[in-house]
Amino acid sequence: MKVTLKVWRQKDAKTKGAFATYPLDHVSTDMSFLEMLDVLNSSLIQKGEDPIHFDHDCREGICGMCSLYINGRPHGPLQTTVCQLHMRTFHDGETITIEPWRAKAFPVIKDLVVDRSAFDRIQQSGGYVSVNTGGVPDANAIPIPKKIADEAFDAATCIGCGACVAACKNASAMLFVSAKVSQFALLPQGKPERKERVEKMVAQMDAEGFGSCTNTKACEAECPKGISVTNIARMNREYFAASLSSYEVPLKGSGD
Amino acid sequence: MNWFIKLLSSTLGRKLLMAFTGLFLILFLVVHLIGNLQLLKDDGGQAFNIYAQFMTSNPLIKAVSYGNYFFILLHIGLAIGLNRKNRAARGPESYAVSSGKSSHWTSRNMGILGTFILIFLVIHLKGFWYEMHWGGIATANYDGKEVKDLYAVVKEAYSQIWYVLVYVISMLLLAFHLWHGFSSAFQSLGLNHLKYNPVISFVGKAFAIIVPALFALIPIWMFLY
Ligand code: HEM
Ligand code: FES
Repeated sequence: MKVTLKVWRQKDAKTKGAFATYPLDHVSTDMSFLEMLDVLNSSLIQKGEDPIHFDHDCREGICGMCSLYINGRPHGPLQTTVCQLHMRTFHDGETITIEPWRAKAFPVIKDLVVDRSAFDRIQQSGGYVSVNTGGVPDANAIPIPKKIADEAFDAATCIGCGACVAACKNASAMLFVSAKVSQFALLPQGKPERKERVEKMVAQMDAEGFGSCTNTKACEAECPKGISVTNIARMNREYFAASLSSYEVPLKGSGD
Repeated sequence: MNWFIKLLSSTLGRKLLMAFTGLFLILFLVVHLIGNLQLLKDDGGQAFNIYAQFMTSNPLIKAVSYGNYFFILLHIGLAIGLNRKNRAARGPESYAVSSGKSSHWTSRNMGILGTFILIFLVIHLKGFWYEMHWGGIATANYDGKEVKDLYAVVKEAYSQIWYVLVYVISMLLLAFHLWHGFSSAFQSLGLNHLKYNPVISFVGKAFAIIVPALFALIPIWMFLY
């Protein structure tokens, strides 16, 4: 099949970028989207041009590195990661527009690669549990209802790709942060830092310059892991309850 | 106090206030509607005029109405503030292509819908609220009681087709604002539960249709009859 790619090219964070057009003639429908880009890149390298830079790592949908905004949707038209997207999803002769995630908190580094360390800083501010050293406790010694364990697990499947931020009209990180808050808030292991965690993570989220939540639910619709907006409501509850009842912890979110 | 300021200035806290003020305005709409429906009574406006007089003179109602003015202003102020933050969050470059498939259009246009509601509010308040408080309205006499004849002012306004059209269109926009807003407020407050979500969603959508429709019915009815 033939496709035309319109790709965002940007030399570095400071230079202004623009779209470049690449016609591709021999694309197999069996190729993954990233393989299609690999083929294009090797032809660019052969011609002595700068290949298109994009993030990827595991290519099996578990690491959250791949991050392309394809035809107006994060990770393209299917609810998967880009690395799990195949060219059969597109039709012959289609023009495919590829852009980087757009958010003030995710500045473009080069071409389609953005800096997502804002997510790392949010995690460092409170996305952990305190673990005592010593013997390994018996896994069955802590009773957790199956449904609660499942719900916590669902939240924990977030791979931190940032599609929620990319999809949101407000570039809000609420789905990501709420998944990270929920996964611990639901479990007894998360109790010790429960209040402090949500206060610090929300403070860090706001400090990074992400937008607020208008409850459009675009994040849930685009999340490759199907994280539910129920988590956002839970985080709202957790945050209000924590603010009203916690000790006054410093909200710098420094992770100390 | 520090924690309190932090809470209310965080994005979550600001949405909390947005939700509370929005829900208060929803309650206000119900009370307002019940009052307005008296316009349809076939009594030359007596019930409505007596009610209007009561609403502008009763001290308790007065106190609540000051709260209402404040909440509207707060709702608008927060909407502007959040909108600015949300726009800035996209960064220097926005998307060349964006798809509307993943969300409902009402949820993406609350600010625009709200702005039209605000324009309507200005017209509406100037036409009736201002006239009732400070305008020179003729009085009507019911069993020796002098009350301002607001009914006549309303009747006059609703005899003009453009006025009726502005009202009906504005109520349609309010319906869209509430279509998203009603259930959104519960989500912002953290009230999301598998057991109650269907109820909230159903009541919200029914409210968004029924209340603006009844509001719109009044000018149409008074124009026709
Ligand atoms: C009778 C009048 C109004 C009612 C009943 C009402 C009700 C609501 C409700 C219930 C919400 C949902 C709150 C939430 O998501 O937590 C909302 C959101 C909103 N309202 Fe209103 N509203 C009214 C007037 C206005 C006006 C005059 C404006 C603007 C000038 C406005 C702007 C907005 C905006 C921008 C949002 C979305 C905020 C966000 O999610 O970021 N509203 N409204
Ligand atoms: S490359 Fe790892 S999730 Fe796509």
